[in-house]
Amino acid sequence: MTITYRVTIILIGLVLASCAPSRTNSSGVYMLVDTSGTYREEIQKAQQIIRYTLSRLDSTDTFAVARVDTGSFSERDIVAKMTFDDRPSTANRQKRQFAEQVETFVSGAQSSAYTDITGGLLQAVEYLNEKEPASKTVLIFSDLKEDLQDGYIRDIEFDLDGFDVIALNVTKLRSDNVDPREYLSRLSEWQHKVESSGGNWRVINDLDGLDGLL
Amino acid sequence: MEFLLNITPSPVLSAVLWIVLVITALYFARPTAHQLLLSLGDSLHRVFRTGSVSITGAEKGLAARNREVLLAAGREAKERIVEREFDRINETVRKDLANFSALHRNLSESISRIEDDHQSAVDVPPDPPGWVNAVEAVAAIDSKDNRVGVGNVLADIHKSLVKDHKEAMSAYSEASGKRHATLRKMRPEWRLIQQTLGKIGKNVDSLLGRSVTIDRHMQEYESIVQGEDRAVSILSSSSLVYFFVSALVMAVAVGGATINFSLIARPMAEMVGGTSLIGEFRTADIAALVIILVEISMGLFLMESLRITRLFPVIGALPDNTRVRMIWITFTILFLLASVEAGLAYMREVLLHDELATSALLRGSLDVAATSEYMWITTAAQMGMGFILPFALTFVAIPLETFVHSLRTVVGLAAIGLLRLLSLLFRLLGNGARHLGRLLTHIYDLPLFIPLWWAARDVATNENDLTEARL
Repeated sequence: MTITYRVTIILIGLVLASCAPSRTNSSGVYMLVDTSGTYREEIQKAQQIIRYTLSRLDSTDTFAVARVDTGSFSERDIVAKMTFDDRPSTANRQKRQFAEQVETFVSGAQSSAYTDITGGLLQAVEYLNEKEPASKTVLIFSDLKEDLQDGYIRDIEFDLDGFDVIALNVTKLRSDNVDPREYLSRLSEWQHKVESSGGNWRVINDLDGLDGLL
Repeated sequence: MEFLLNITPSPVLSAVLWIVLVITALYFARPTAHQLLLSLGDSLHRVFRTGSVSITGAEKGLAARNREVLLAAGREAKERIVEREFDRINETVRKDLANFSALHRNLSESISRIEDDHQSAVDVPPDPPGWVNAVEAVAAIDSKDNRVGVGNVLADIHKSLVKDHKEAMSAYSEASGKRHATLRKMRPEWRLIQQTLGKIGKNVDSLLGRSVTIDRHMQEYESIVQGEDRAVSILSSSSLVYFFVSALVMAVAVGGATINFSLIARPMAEMVGGTSLIGEFRTADIAALVIILVEISMGLFLMESLRITRLFPVIGALPDNTRVRMIWITFTILFLLASVEAGLAYMREVLLHDELATSALLRGSLDVAATSEYMWITTAAQMGMGFILPFALTFVAIPLETFVHSLRTVVGLAAIGLLRLLSLLFRLLGNGARHLGRLLTHIYDLPLFIPLWWAARDVATNENDLTEARL
């Protein structure tokens, strides 16, 4: 009787351990890739960052890559999106599929006439809020030079509370070389926009030092 | 403070005045103050002394209890040993000496056959030859009578002598041959007897050896039963040795369990999820730990059912049928868990390989394929370890039992040491308090040395006066 009792207790413990409410520390990453104008040539670097990000993400994490083009506030601009499975083997398979999708996108990406970064950021916020990960990160692979088509309204309030917004590979434009204040003012403008909305702002231009990215 | 020095126009005079007043007050309060300080010291001394006595009593009680436990454990261990020795003797007697009557009968029959053969092999003396009478007759013939015929007679005698000798030799050879054949037939019987006696001798020697062992154990048992100090000392030191040895073996087992854990924790993520947490711990880790604990528990029950350990008297007291059934059940569960572990170890390797392939793809390198041809070695090793470690952990039950039993003694000894230390500390504090009381009275007297000297002088003068008056 005693043995049966003990074995039962252990087995119940095992069952309870598997059925108990569990907690996750999943991450959500949304990456905007600028394909406008000459910045399209930088897309190979974006692929490297995407691969690096994939290698750093774990099961139950969410990752999406979207292009920044004329009108980026759209699900159509999402190139690849995935929430990785809880099982490591499935998550690995998903990562490989994701890498293949990105490869296809990179090889066939077209340059867009306008640059709607704000629309892409709005889309990123909407997507990540929907997925409800524990930490939310938006990576903006762009020179941060927004160029909206006429009629597009992007003067909208953000709610970036709990978001980390990281600008990657913010290249200097020809005009920036003439007047560096343009570059600095562009950066500070975005920083103000993000921080005033409750988010955290960072810039990483050295792509060899991506260790602190996630 | 200034107020005190301003009671007279001169501060020095005021100070002197105050000193005189204070010393006077202290002098008059001296007997009471002394009594107070001494009482305080004595009270503290008594309190600490009482505490020390109480702790010593508790220590003695604990030592007596520890001694009882130690003797009881030693008695039980000796009973088990003697019981096992008797079991072995019983087994020997049952196996080898149970057919002693058959052996005896075989021996008797062999001896009878040898006796018969011996009788038939007795050397029969040859019959006296027939020509003896003829020789006697020839010897009786006078040489003067019939001398001519003697030569012929002697020739005949010689002839018949040779003939008889030949016949006799032939008969003797035949008889000797028969006897040798009989003796040859006896040889296997001798060997059989020798083997049988050798076997019996070996069994008897074994029994004698066991009886010597039992004698030794019984002497130790008697000394334990009589509660001799030597027995307690031996048991105590044995307990300490067992404690440290079992602790060492258990530490090794913990290492094995840790390796086992690392083998299955990663693939467990495939079953219960890789990122979910219960509290601060990963669910996969908890599940792996639970599996290992279940394996250890099964191992404990298996050892109990086999009566190798006696941690749970209930299992040992089970009927044999139930116990055997329990052995099979626990062994089956253990075997299944070991198989599961082997599968998980294989899964771990597959996952690792998968992750390496994914990482290589994300890095854009192709060096995984080069290493994969040797992966089967680590895969096989991990699977083997996954299967063997649960069975190896089964044997943890033995050091665990020793650890649990010796822990009681070791904790008892440690508690006795602690209580002795406390008792000594209380005694020191008690004596210190008493001496401190006396020291404080002397310190109290220090500023009063002038009035005390004066008083001592007066007393001496008075005593002298009294002595002189008596004289």
